[in-house]
Amino acid sequence: MTLRAAPNFRAVWAIYRVEMARAFRTVLQSIISPVISTSLYFVVFGSAIGSRINEIDGIAYGAFIVPGLMMLSLLTQSISNASFAIYFPKFVGSIYELLSAPVSYLEIIIAYVGGAATKSIILGLIILATAALFVPLRIEHPFWMIAFLVLTAVTFSLFGFIIGIWAKTFEQLQLVPLLIVTPLTFLGGSFYSIHMLPGIWKTITLFNPVVYLISGFRWSFYGKADVSVGVSLGMTLVFLAICIAIVAWIFRTGYRLRN
Amino acid sequence: MSSIISISGVTKTYATGFKALKEINLDIERGEIFALLGPNGAGKTTLISIVCGIVNRSSGSVTVDGHDISRDYRAARSLIGLVPQELTIDAFETVWATVNYSRGLFGKAPNKAFVEKVLRDLSLWEKKDSKAITLSGGMKRRLMIAKALSHEPRVLFLDEPTAGVDVELRQDMWAMVRRLREDGVTIILTTHYIEEAEAMADRVGVINKGEIILVEDKAELMRKLGRKQMRLELRAPLAAIPDGLSRYALELSEDGSELTYTYDNQSDRPGVASLIRDLEAAGIQFRDLDTKNSSLEEIFVNLLRQEP
Repeated sequence: MTLRAAPNFRAVWAIYRVEMARAFRTVLQSIISPVISTSLYFVVFGSAIGSRINEIDGIAYGAFIVPGLMMLSLLTQSISNASFAIYFPKFVGSIYELLSAPVSYLEIIIAYVGGAATKSIILGLIILATAALFVPLRIEHPFWMIAFLVLTAVTFSLFGFIIGIWAKTFEQLQLVPLLIVTPLTFLGGSFYSIHMLPGIWKTITLFNPVVYLISGFRWSFYGKADVSVGVSLGMTLVFLAICIAIVAWIFRTGYRLRN
Repeated sequence: MSSIISISGVTKTYATGFKALKEINLDIERGEIFALLGPNGAGKTTLISIVCGIVNRSSGSVTVDGHDISRDYRAARSLIGLVPQELTIDAFETVWATVNYSRGLFGKAPNKAFVEKVLRDLSLWEKKDSKAITLSGGMKRRLMIAKALSHEPRVLFLDEPTAGVDVELRQDMWAMVRRLREDGVTIILTTHYIEEAEAMADRVGVINKGEIILVEDKAELMRKLGRKQMRLELRAPLAAIPDGLSRYALELSEDGSELTYTYDNQSDRPGVASLIRDLEAAGIQFRDLDTKNSSLEEIFVNLLRQEP
């Protein structure tokens, strides 16, 4: 193998750095606004309404919603970071440079998904810190908390990357997060335990992949889960595998990248 | 091996069924300036995009310095710099950041001194901390060139480099291209401004409707296909061309004061000397004469006209 055929780590680093620089350039949009909206959730659900809600599974309502809120931001931000990162150069045309560069598809993925996932993990931790100001928190399984955080960020950054490649317009770019992801997250048990739902809805909910993410994540905090942790982890990995398969197909066929 | 790029049997049919390229065979010599001429929609950009890895070809093969662009894409692509036709830059990046990004993307170790030199050569150094969005059109074009040169390519593609560019920048760009050639960089430029090819190219290829219809040394092309014209300003206007001069197929201006003789290096029309002798014999005197060579542009237009 010649030197030139070696992996192009410099390219991965160059892309990653640009993606991180974008976050710092738009610090208001990428960091401050999610923090503000999370704080608002705590004021409204945690304090105003939450004070009138009984404990769930022995956890104060304000604390109960923390993992769900983190997941809510993690999912939406991972998707929007990654989808925008690859859609924008497609939109302005600067993607030509990426396509003409000596980089492999895997390197492109690692750089873009890595950048998007890093940003949303940082954001998740900021939200956690913000939450700690409002409610008493405890994390029973820190290793699994971080594992779920990273796994979810990576999975949904991949999902966002797929959306970014698929989208032909800004409208389509917003469509999937708006019409699918937000409803799934809200109905995924961010604000309630699925045991609180009436019979049929409880069954329907089990088809919502986000339920497993939030349940597993909440378990890492409080040791209480709607579904078993093994199932949560398994479902997350299944979704990750599906995303990897789609990305592999995109790159094999050049779908909407190289025509 | 003298050719640095070898394109053989390349075709491109888009998903719409449009055949953009039909069987392209083309070799680019190492170190030359090659001008690819053709009208809009002839397939120039498609061909370049295939060589650079932006568009997938339908069939055929391309090698760059012996490296197959599919099997050995890393080696092939790292040799190539591309300046596309459209001004497509991330508007929110600074000049310095985006040029260094390009260098990293092509796997080159950071080299601030080199990037500084590229920016200085393109008169962009003063603007290094400006965001791309604040640059004028000409400055953006310079930035695109800086990005392409940032990773020290051995082959540079310039797709319509002077479209919408002012005279000063055009001169700068031509000077830059010549400098690069002196350093041994092979340059392929597409253009439909023919004076550009005429001023710079060593060889010229003409592409039309997805086919290369001619590849020729520029000087040779102008010698073979170029025509000469001699214009004679007469002392006294003529009413008609005398019969004795009919074999010259002269053209007489409307007021009868000018004669034009068109001849080329290929045809067996008699030379200028014999025309002048015959004019003298016919008693026609002229006050002045001038001759001119047809430009590459006229050759080009004629070539396309001959196409079915």
